[in-house]
Amino acid sequence: MDFDVMKKVPVKEQDPIIRATNFDEVNLGYTKEEAVLEASRCLSCKNARCVEGCPVSINIPGFISKVKEGDIEGAYNVISLSSSLPAVCGRVCPQETQCEAVCVRGVKGEAISIGRLERFVADTAKEMGLKPQLPADMVKKNKNVAIIGAGPSGLTCAGDLAKMGYDVTVFEALHKAGGVLVYGIPEFRLPKEKVVAKEVENIKELGVEIVTDAVIGRAFTVDELLDTEGFSAVFIGSGAGLPRFMNIPGEQALGVFSANEYLTRSNLMKAYLPDARTPIMRAKKAVIVGGGNVAMDAARTAKRLGAEVHVVYRRSEAELPARAEEVHHAKEEGIIFDLLTNPVEILSDEKGWVKGIKCVRMELGEPDASGRRSPVVVEGSEFVIECDAVIMSLGTSPNPLIKKTTDGLETNKRGGIVVNDSEMTSRPGVFAGGDAVTGAATVILAMGAGKSAAKGIDEYLSSQN
Amino acid sequence: MFEIVNKKYLGPNAYMMEVVAPLVARKAMPGQFMIVRADKDGERIPLTVCDFNRETGIVTIVYQTVGAETERMNRKEVGDCFADIVGPLGNSSDLCDLSIEELKAKKILFIAGGVGTAPVYNQLKWLHDNGIDVDCIQGAKTKDLLIFKDEMKAVTKNLYFATDDGTFGVHGNVCDALQKLWDEGVRYDHCVVIGPVIMMKFACLLTKKLGIHTIISMNTIMVDGTGMCGACRLLVDGQVKFACVDGPEFDGHAVDFDQALQRSRLYATQEGELMLRLTEGDTHHGGCGKCS
Repeated sequence: MDFDVMKKVPVKEQDPIIRATNFDEVNLGYTKEEAVLEASRCLSCKNARCVEGCPVSINIPGFISKVKEGDIEGAYNVISLSSSLPAVCGRVCPQETQCEAVCVRGVKGEAISIGRLERFVADTAKEMGLKPQLPADMVKKNKNVAIIGAGPSGLTCAGDLAKMGYDVTVFEALHKAGGVLVYGIPEFRLPKEKVVAKEVENIKELGVEIVTDAVIGRAFTVDELLDTEGFSAVFIGSGAGLPRFMNIPGEQALGVFSANEYLTRSNLMKAYLPDARTPIMRAKKAVIVGGGNVAMDAARTAKRLGAEVHVVYRRSEAELPARAEEVHHAKEEGIIFDLLTNPVEILSDEKGWVKGIKCVRMELGEPDASGRRSPVVVEGSEFVIECDAVIMSLGTSPNPLIKKTTDGLETNKRGGIVVNDSEMTSRPGVFAGGDAVTGAATVILAMGAGKSAAKGIDEYLSSQN
Repeated sequence: MFEIVNKKYLGPNAYMMEVVAPLVARKAMPGQFMIVRADKDGERIPLTVCDFNRETGIVTIVYQTVGAETERMNRKEVGDCFADIVGPLGNSSDLCDLSIEELKAKKILFIAGGVGTAPVYNQLKWLHDNGIDVDCIQGAKTKDLLIFKDEMKAVTKNLYFATDDGTFGVHGNVCDALQKLWDEGVRYDHCVVIGPVIMMKFACLLTKKLGIHTIISMNTIMVDGTGMCGACRLLVDGQVKFACVDGPEFDGHAVDFDQALQRSRLYATQEGELMLRLTEGDTHHGGCGKCS
């Protein structure tokens, strides 16, 4: 293998033309030789900036040095101290803006491929049958903590609390644990049985109980968990909620979906499989509105279900909120980007089915509050993209259920739960994190919040004695 | 888990089941619904809670075998279990928020169509238990489809019937029955209509004309049922609302029923194919014009 120490060891991927027709994983992962070679590029910095760049503060040089030695079990144990979901993070974290963004190797060449190494270690550990361990010196606290939502923040918080000696019960509204990892992120980026189910099993191995089909706010309120169900603290990791629509004419036409619906049908309900019992629209030509990671997931799913796919986004490529890698993969798979384009109306046929989307061209004006240049309509630029499906991927607003059923729980004007530095809400003993607090963000930020909340809960409960 | 403890045939394609679902039974209120998955690869089916028993943890559901999933549900017998039941979901009936005095001051009429009788029964029973007298018009295509007649009689002051074919009660639909009562001088100031969308649409047109405040309950397409997918959206006063978290009850005079009817057909073709695949299996060799 040609090896340039300044460059990442490349990772094998499924051929774009083939993978655009299947739901198998795109990225095939490093072999052991590739991983050891990539690890050899790490400078093992004393004051490692990558660790600061990691929302869950994994000892990155620590695990990479174990990989260098070929000691995968050792590397896994280092990662497990900080992360409960390494096989997930190695796949879906935006490393390029976190750990890899600050890697010293990246100053002159390419940063170390920390994500690919993390994935390699986690996957190899699974093949070897390694499990995360409870610390040998752990003391049982004999206190119960309830976690609402078995997504990235809830699972992380649960795993960390279990390792601290708490008895943890996770309440999940859906029939399967994993949250966005099972309903949102597609199989081709994050395999459900091979990766997510195994990570959930690992959390259960730590003694965490997961109760599915339990909607907090309905079956139990937060107050009931604290007052009558024997929990000393509660963590709310209920995730993002209601999908946003554009409120443009024609949006009620048949064939207009939220990305959440489209992806949930495909991912959670497995509607992409030929013998699935949940229906999904297999469009001929689909327009995805939005430019985030969810939009890329919806676009690439629609492609795999047989559609010609257009992504319509009102700003330019530089402003696309999706990870560069996702955009790159989408383009490789033949997804067409109609940038600086904004929908103004959805057109339908006499039976109410979508037949096109009327758009206007945009140009970039002055930077707005977010620092991004705000798009301005080009007068007289209306045109129609013919299509039979439109998938709205415009983000979500937090689910109002818990707020509505919990007295004294403060939320901000966007509906996000307000928390302090320890992730505690306006209600003592009630903590929150993830999208329920921040609005739609990333898996790793949710995990970071779950981790920080576990620490906050431990401090709070320790001070209660 | 979720064991079926009783099953009863109610009428053509209509069945009742009693199922062990303690989390639903302990909190359910009239107006709420739950989601059932018959088995581990099953679709999530939203069903209104028809009755509940807080002590035994048993809930009653009524369903019509209209598609592959309800057909599969119906293949379960007493002693079998469902894979999942989650609930209660949605908001309880608006009436449950009123005081007994406020309720007694109202002249309330329920209109139940087809298996919409099941959710109406739950509300009627709750009102009856709280000493509130209410009337109800129960409508169906034909006599055999008038389910729960005796149970309904027990919890209403006056129960009127209407059948499209005239085999029982008023010969006509629920609107004809209401108009007849109105013409006889019977007056109401609050109406709850639950049934097929088309029936709710026409009942609401009439109650609007008669000036009766009217609440309807939407049984839309859903996936998660907890406020995530947006599949259950409908237009109420021109605004997008979600049946699962904003409803399922809405002001009947503000709902865009035509749009709701259109949306209900979204997966009709695929659901038809799934039903054919289930019921005819390998013996189906095309020619139906529906299969691909």
